[in-house]
Amino acid sequence: MRSYETLEDLPEAPLATVLSDIIQTGSWRTFRPVVRKEACTKCYVCWKFCPDVAIAIDGDGYPTVKLDACKGCGICAEECKPKAIDMVPEE
Amino acid sequence: MVQAVISGNYAQAYAAKLARTQVVAAYPITPQTTIIEKIAEFVASGQMDAQYVKVESEHSAMAACISASALGARTYTASSSQGLLLMHELLHWASGARAPIVMGIANRSVAPPLSIWTDHKDTISQRDTGWIQMYAESGQEVIDSVLVAFRVAEHEDVLLPAMVAEDAFYLTHTYEPVDIPTQDQVDRFLPPRKPSSGFRPGLANRYGTFIGPELHMEFQRKVAEGMERVPRVFREAEEEYERITGRNHGGPMPTYRTEDADAVLVTMGTAATTARSVVDVLRKHGKKVGLAKIRVFRPWPVPEVRALGADVDRIGVLDRSFTFGASGAAHTEFAAAMYGSPHRPLVRDFVAGLGGRDLTPPMFTQMFESLLSSEKEEVSWVGLKRRPEVTVRG
Amino acid sequence: MARLTIPERELMHSGHAGCPGCGAALAMRYLLKGLGEDVVVALPACCWTVIGTPFPTTVLDVGILDTAFETTGAAMSGLRAAADALGMTDVTVVGWAGDGGTADIGLQALSGMLERRTDGIYVMYDNEAYMNTGIQRSGATPEGAWTTTTPVAAKSRGKSEPKKDIMGIVAAHYPAYAATLNVAFPEDYLKKVQKARDIKGPRFLHVLAPCPPGWRFPPEKMVALGRLATDSNVFPLYEIEGGKYKITRKLGTPKPIAEYLKLQGRFAHMTPEEVAASQAGVDARWKRLLALEALG
Repeated sequence: MRSYETLEDLPEAPLATVLSDIIQTGSWRTFRPVVRKEACTKCYVCWKFCPDVAIAIDGDGYPTVKLDACKGCGICAEECKPKAIDMVPEE
Repeated sequence: MVQAVISGNYAQAYAAKLARTQVVAAYPITPQTTIIEKIAEFVASGQMDAQYVKVESEHSAMAACISASALGARTYTASSSQGLLLMHELLHWASGARAPIVMGIANRSVAPPLSIWTDHKDTISQRDTGWIQMYAESGQEVIDSVLVAFRVAEHEDVLLPAMVAEDAFYLTHTYEPVDIPTQDQVDRFLPPRKPSSGFRPGLANRYGTFIGPELHMEFQRKVAEGMERVPRVFREAEEEYERITGRNHGGPMPTYRTEDADAVLVTMGTAATTARSVVDVLRKHGKKVGLAKIRVFRPWPVPEVRALGADVDRIGVLDRSFTFGASGAAHTEFAAAMYGSPHRPLVRDFVAGLGGRDLTPPMFTQMFESLLSSEKEEVSWVGLKRRPEVTVRG
Repeated sequence: MARLTIPERELMHSGHAGCPGCGAALAMRYLLKGLGEDVVVALPACCWTVIGTPFPTTVLDVGILDTAFETTGAAMSGLRAAADALGMTDVTVVGWAGDGGTADIGLQALSGMLERRTDGIYVMYDNEAYMNTGIQRSGATPEGAWTTTTPVAAKSRGKSEPKKDIMGIVAAHYPAYAATLNVAFPEDYLKKVQKARDIKGPRFLHVLAPCPPGWRFPPEKMVALGRLATDSNVFPLYEIEGGKYKITRKLGTPKPIAEYLKLQGRFAHMTPEEVAASQAGVDARWKRLLALEALG
């Protein structure tokens, strides 16, 4: 994270260099995807179709949802052929 | 140094070549065309190692210049009148992006009616865009000012685009003897451009971006501060240029015989040449008149203006354009700069030479006589045909 | 366990401001997977201006240069010229513009970029309206679609004009490569991006990017709807290379357009007659595309 304390700290021209991962778009969600590993065939369609790059593949090869980022759009659950992903309401 | 008899437009082209411009993106418009034709010749023959982008409009020309400049290339273009106006949106973009583009302008009036002849309406109407603006009187001034413009624009304390204007036909197409500096002289004066924005392909960075109310003002402030530093950087650049070439055109507002003048005319562009000869004639007849010439319009030369106004009682500003609903821009800026001074001269506006109307010695005599008289009319349109008497033979 | 069918490496980060289910976000993710990082993107006013987040953050691992709305093609030419002048010969210049910024206000600059053979990849991501400004019609909005400037009321049945054939306009400039892409078909998408990457000269990609709020459908259906757009021949997948057309996905029997239209609120007002007219238009265009392919 860069810090712009003073006017002099700001770049002369408007140049943005901080990666957007710090913005927690997970707060947008009303539904959260939950992967049922026992049904998952590790086809990675969920990883493939996520517009928010919010699904990663863990060390065991299962998809894992980055909850800080996931907006709950539901594409992963919709496209999952074995229906191994449930969209669960957030409290 | 080579002395050649060249046009003001060719002087622009030689300057762009000597500056080792890397990218030129330009679109033709009378009377700028011979600038870009000459550059095309230089590039095609191998004399100039530049990428020449054959854009399909002036708006695209400025867009290509901004993106080329953002990546770090030394960039030049040229335009005039309607073309400059078409670029307007992007002139703001260039200064906000701190892109040190240099642009040659053939000062040409604005439609309707269409006119290819000179006045300053095109560049004057861009005075809010954050560009450094210079007006040249001669071919020599053109070539020297463009080279100085590159150096000032690209200076790390400035990083603002600059335009150098010359009157349509009176200067663009008039051939005069010009001392062309050598490549070695220019290389010593103008080293290769240092990358200034930090923008690079291939890694996470975004140049331009967008912002809410929380920080936009601060980025605009930076543009203002860059412009505030121009007078010092300009002075240092012209001192260095004089050391290398022996030439100095007198700073942002050179004066002629103003030291004991009762009345001074302030001009921009080629009008100064005629006005200067009238000053000499009137002086011979005992009239104490003088001339000042605005070379740098942006940033407006406040200290020089105040120094002139401190000692002279009657000042006439020759505006070769008019801001409808106000007065001529140079007049407005001159009067505003004088407002807080202890000695406030009479500052009158002489609107003249619009649409290419020739400014003749009798007209300058008339302006000086008017200034020396008790006439106080704040805005005078000089040479206006109240009885045009156009006859069509049918 | 399946292998990944598209490159694994991500050059796009989370935290971007795209709507949930945004087709344009997925489109960019795929583009950069195909191109790698030695890329500079000219970005005009469009959804991605905002998706890309405000200062000081950025979403992509490549350089983005914001440029004025009309100027994408011209900005690309300037980038290429500077890159060549500065010896950055391996940098790929990309233009990434919406349908409005390409087919309408950006058409002149695109034409210029193609005509002067700028070596770069122009990508038009098509959500079929000016979505960033709130769903106003563009030249790429399909006939009959509701938008805020083509409302459905007593004197208006949505947009009354057909969608501009942007690929036809591009084809008239003899591009080095042009293709249609769809985020619902990632393998086809990546194959075309990688092919475009390895060709020199002016390249054009027309990407279908379905838009949940603009087209009026639930976000989770974005990929399914994209699939249906191609499988009903509304958005055929094809390439133009050296003037030759090649369709890259052909179903034996295309799905009826009614199936595609009924999933979208922007077409909910259409009468059976209007749907039939749409079907006739789709069939005519598909027939023409087959004929272009047969020209060889």
